[in-house]
Amino acid sequence: METFDIVFYIFATLTIVSAFVVVFTKNIMYAAFSLLFTFIGVAALYVLLHADFLAVTQILIYVGGILVLLLFGVMLTNNVVSVDIKTGTLNTIPALVAAAVIVGSLAAVFYMTWSTVGEPATAPTATTRAIGELLMTGYALPFEVASVVLLAALIGAALMARRTRKP
Amino acid sequence: MQTSLFNGVLAWLPNVQLAHFLIVSAILFALGLYGIVTRRNAIMVLMGVELVLNAANINLIAFSRYGGLHASGPALDGQVAAIFVIILAAAEAAIALAIVLNIYNRFQTVNVDEVSSLKE
Repeated sequence: METFDIVFYIFATLTIVSAFVVVFTKNIMYAAFSLLFTFIGVAALYVLLHADFLAVTQILIYVGGILVLLLFGVMLTNNVVSVDIKTGTLNTIPALVAAAVIVGSLAAVFYMTWSTVGEPATAPTATTRAIGELLMTGYALPFEVASVVLLAALIGAALMARRTRKP
Repeated sequence: MQTSLFNGVLAWLPNVQLAHFLIVSAILFALGLYGIVTRRNAIMVLMGVELVLNAANINLIAFSRYGGLHASGPALDGQVAAIFVIILAAAEAAIALAIVLNIYNRFQTVNVDEVSSLKE
């Protein structure tokens, strides 16, 4: 039992517990703020997997971008001042059964198939330069397509959100 | 006493391998799926989608670390795939928020079970 394992268990517990809060709480604001802790826990798992660039990207984009967008959505679509921002649930029992079956089968398959894979022998290296070279060589076409997708999403979102309805 | 209990729990927990990361991602995936199916609020459904995407990313990066796809040098293909997943998640969140705002303007609600009409 080394420091690596202790840190892994701490952040795995943080991730899963805050994800439980996201899914099971009634208050949307509580869910959004525990989603923050889920993202941070996942970023810590990336660090433990020696994906330093991905960890920073996760915090920048998910916490700084997507979570703020979701909070804007909550604020703009709920009457925060007067009505309590609570949300109902439906199909609870079938969803619970389906989720339990999926997590059970997935965990069993993962454990039976890959439980013998230990720590790899390769030493951890900084990944930023290698990822940049991969994006410019082997993954150049997906990279360019992603830029077009982002541009289209930007224009589409602005157009949809600003459009005034015709009478 | 507490120190020995702590050490006992630590000794009981197995050392971290690839399967641990995969099981964490499986739990995140199931939680996100549960959120997508059960929530009435569209924003909460989006949060479930983000949980599912994060679970997929953990899998990609874990296999990039432990998989050993290349004999020489680090195998970073999984991390590049995770970058594309994050890019698409950002685009999806922006578009979905615009759609949710339009739905709220039209129906005065964002509960997905009440917004069921395709045309007026």
